[in-house]
Amino acid sequence: MTYKRQIDRLPIVPADAKEHNVTCHFCIVGCGYKAYTWDINKQGGTEPSQNKFKVDLAKQQGADSPAWYAPSMYNIVKQGGKDVHLVIMPDKNCAVNSGLGSVRGARMAETSYSEARSTQQQRLTDPMVWRYGAMSPTSWDDALDLVARVTCQIIKDQGEDGLFVSAFDHGGAGGGYENTWGTGKLYFGAMKVKNIRIHNRPAYNSEVHATRDMGVGELNNCYEDAQLADTIVVVGANPLETQTNYFLNHWVPNLRGTSVDKKRAELPNEAHAQGRIVIVDPRRTVTVNACEAEAGKDRVMHLAINSGTDLALFNAWMTYIAEKGWVDKALIAASTNGFDKMVAANKTTLEQAAALTGLTVDQIRQSAEWIAMPKEGNARRRTMFAYEKGLIWGNDNYRTNGALVNVALATGNIGRPGGGCVRLGGHQEGYSRPSDAHVGRPAAYVDKLLIEGKGGVHHIWACDHYKTTLNAHQFKRTYKKRSDLVKEAMDSVPFGDRPALVNAIVDAIKKGGLFSVDVDIVPSQIGQAAHVWLPAATSGEMNLTSMNGERRMRLVERYMDPPGQSMPDCLIAARIANNMERVFREIGMAQAADNFKGFDWKTEEDAFMDGYHKHEKGGEHVTYARLKAAGTNGFQEPATGFADGKIAGTKRLFADGKFGGKDGKATFMETQWRGLQAAGKQAEKDKFAFLINNGRANLVWQNAYLDQHNDFVMDRQPYPFIELNPADMAELGLKQGDLVEVYNDNGSTQAMAYPTPSAKRKQAFMLFAYPTGVQGNVVSAGVNEFVIPNYKQTWGNIRKIASAPEGTRHLSFKSQEYAV
Amino acid sequence: MKKCDLMVDLGRRRFLSGAGMAAAGAAATTIGSGPAQAKPAAALVDYPVSRLGTVAELKVNEPKDVSYPDGDAPGVLIKLGKRVPGGVGPDGDIVGFSTLCPHKGYPLAFNTADKTLNCPGHYSRFDCEAGGQQIWGQSTQNLPQYALRVEANGDIVAEGLDELLYGRLSNVL
Repeated sequence: MTYKRQIDRLPIVPADAKEHNVTCHFCIVGCGYKAYTWDINKQGGTEPSQNKFKVDLAKQQGADSPAWYAPSMYNIVKQGGKDVHLVIMPDKNCAVNSGLGSVRGARMAETSYSEARSTQQQRLTDPMVWRYGAMSPTSWDDALDLVARVTCQIIKDQGEDGLFVSAFDHGGAGGGYENTWGTGKLYFGAMKVKNIRIHNRPAYNSEVHATRDMGVGELNNCYEDAQLADTIVVVGANPLETQTNYFLNHWVPNLRGTSVDKKRAELPNEAHAQGRIVIVDPRRTVTVNACEAEAGKDRVMHLAINSGTDLALFNAWMTYIAEKGWVDKALIAASTNGFDKMVAANKTTLEQAAALTGLTVDQIRQSAEWIAMPKEGNARRRTMFAYEKGLIWGNDNYRTNGALVNVALATGNIGRPGGGCVRLGGHQEGYSRPSDAHVGRPAAYVDKLLIEGKGGVHHIWACDHYKTTLNAHQFKRTYKKRSDLVKEAMDSVPFGDRPALVNAIVDAIKKGGLFSVDVDIVPSQIGQAAHVWLPAATSGEMNLTSMNGERRMRLVERYMDPPGQSMPDCLIAARIANNMERVFREIGMAQAADNFKGFDWKTEEDAFMDGYHKHEKGGEHVTYARLKAAGTNGFQEPATGFADGKIAGTKRLFADGKFGGKDGKATFMETQWRGLQAAGKQAEKDKFAFLINNGRANLVWQNAYLDQHNDFVMDRQPYPFIELNPADMAELGLKQGDLVEVYNDNGSTQAMAYPTPSAKRKQAFMLFAYPTGVQGNVVSAGVNEFVIPNYKQTWGNIRKIASAPEGTRHLSFKSQEYAV
Repeated sequence: MKKCDLMVDLGRRRFLSGAGMAAAGAAATTIGSGPAQAKPAAALVDYPVSRLGTVAELKVNEPKDVSYPDGDAPGVLIKLGKRVPGGVGPDGDIVGFSTLCPHKGYPLAFNTADKTLNCPGHYSRFDCEAGGQQIWGQSTQNLPQYALRVEANGDIVAEGLDELLYGRLSNVL
């Protein structure tokens, strides 16, 4: 049976409930919410005077009601050590989501730690250490002492290159300015750690190097631009599922034509119409379906290219647009370098691109016209370009990114209303760290080095390589082996004999072992191999700042206690620093110890003031008190001042025609097509039958670490789905819900077959990074020249493992496309 | 007796889930301020027993508009032509659902081709043949389904719901 909560009523938020500003901590969009808390023995009433919403709750509320919350928005949590009721519901007054809640964010309350209601009991409450053959609780002092002693000894033996780090670099949960600064000051300030990687990729690098190298920062527009554009171009992204309320609240009005009045008001003196959209994606997604439902098929172009051929399409667009003269000559002359050279180098005919992409010449020409053909009265067409992992984790990442920015820049669409060339993003952003210049470029391929036996200590911060790396099967095998050497050594001495324990660990490291310290809020899969777990607090259990995909910075106010002894990451980093300073002195490395000063923070606000406030552009205008006053709308970074009680922000970057190059200009990039760039990809394609395309989906997106213990989600998605064409399923002897093995020379994994008539033959799509079936197992180690992984171009074979298990038999396998 | 059995069953499921939500609400009601009540409050809301239609009038795949538990709560009765979870009647194929999308309260439309209820607001879809399971969408609940019973005379009677209805903090206002 389908999961039902059997809940028939909820406590009412009383009029005097405490109110807290919340930004959803899951995805990049950062929807505004309000958290209401009140004493456990109180409740509001249905009379308008008795509830927070001042409405008569004895009556049915209408659609889009700001006075209704679902059972998933309710919980009982601790605040100041006491049980309180908690409701976290979307904020109608937030410009980002205007009261919309996604299937993820609207479950923030339900996915909070609750002793009273037994939710998220997986959360770590105490530091845990490997002791007597299992992970066992200990004190912070004990755990930090062990971490510091082993880490300092390995640095003494191997230098700082013996310390490997995996650390988040983003905002929202498992990140934020406080925590990136805390970890950054530790590894890039007190130390100069080079063997460091980011949560979702095997090196410390930008995913969008190219656009930055061109002088065009990647989050350069505002969400309103999606309402103002004549045409939206979206590449390798599925915004209905992964930027849900950005899409629903800002793209859909344009596609429906309901933002035309806004266009006329903000951009007078030019023609305006209902928006059009060009979607570049090998797969038909629910985004394509929704766009067709809203705009009509004649205003939607879905360019279902051959996987990995985006670059050829963009170069053909650029060539055709340049030939037609549909470029912004004034902007090119005043604000850019290298246009002519770029056009000459990237010349690609419509016919050449058609042959590579599998599109028709007409499709490419027509999409170029939608992008750049002048409107009535010869007005420049306003086109917004958006891209994400289909490009970022796709073939020849660097050049493909550059090729798209070329088109946006040449058509004058950066820094202008209705324009922008932006990544859509995953997490929110929240990066504040000392310089990473010492890491170098290309950065160290950390996962490869770990597989090769390098490094002695590994600090992990909210990363789970076991679920989210490439070549994951091999990584897990090797990592476990190295970690087991240390576990066996720890088992050989009494835990209470610290010198003996440290010696045993260090000896095991000399024999190829690896000492693993995992900082996380839950026991992760890589944590199974760790020797120490340090429990972290998440958003709402601490005050936390981040910015969303339009650089909108908000403060999430602490509305509940963190579980047990868990602490904000920034304070964990500070306490590691304090302990390393002490140990370095003890082992006679006073000079190293001196580098660990400046970690005397008591609160996350201390870390914020030390980091963002002091170091980030415009940070001097930003404080917790000012952010609190700015509510769920915050301001758009960078801050430019503070006046009349408000932080002044920046709606769009580069609006003045000044770009990020040293000369204040942007530079076009030469981006010639060179086939499947990453080593071994073409051979893999030639050898295996199925494209194993992969990506994210609506239900679980930036929240799997909590949802793996959420009944509503696990009922619907017990295993990662793999979309297959029904004819392919018939050939493989598969029925819906059957478990299949996906395999190739890199490894193997499992998924649940989801018949999908719109899937092309031999083109499967598997959910990425799911706890019960890791797609990264079958992704090769191949990367680009800057160590960006290429997850998307993966080929493998598929075979049946088992008929539908009990957990999948009640599931609906009907089409996910809206149909009336 | 039947109604009583159903309530026991619902109560057990709630305890098994470890959530105790309705109980939490009820406890707060009991403890809350106000004059002492002569009778303790019930753990569940009292659902009306409402006649929504008859077996004879339903044709396969032709939904009948109804409302339950009151006139402000629109829903449908559907004879699906196939035995399904929660289905009643001689063929076990009659089901009833709320037609307010549990996401934002938009009215759901029945698609006869694949027997789904679809939301024009944000494209959520619910499978009438799978207990109202959300196939895809933004609702954090599966679709509230009616607890139905067929009387000896063929009357179809609703007497409960399995999820909170959109737009109300108590299923019975």
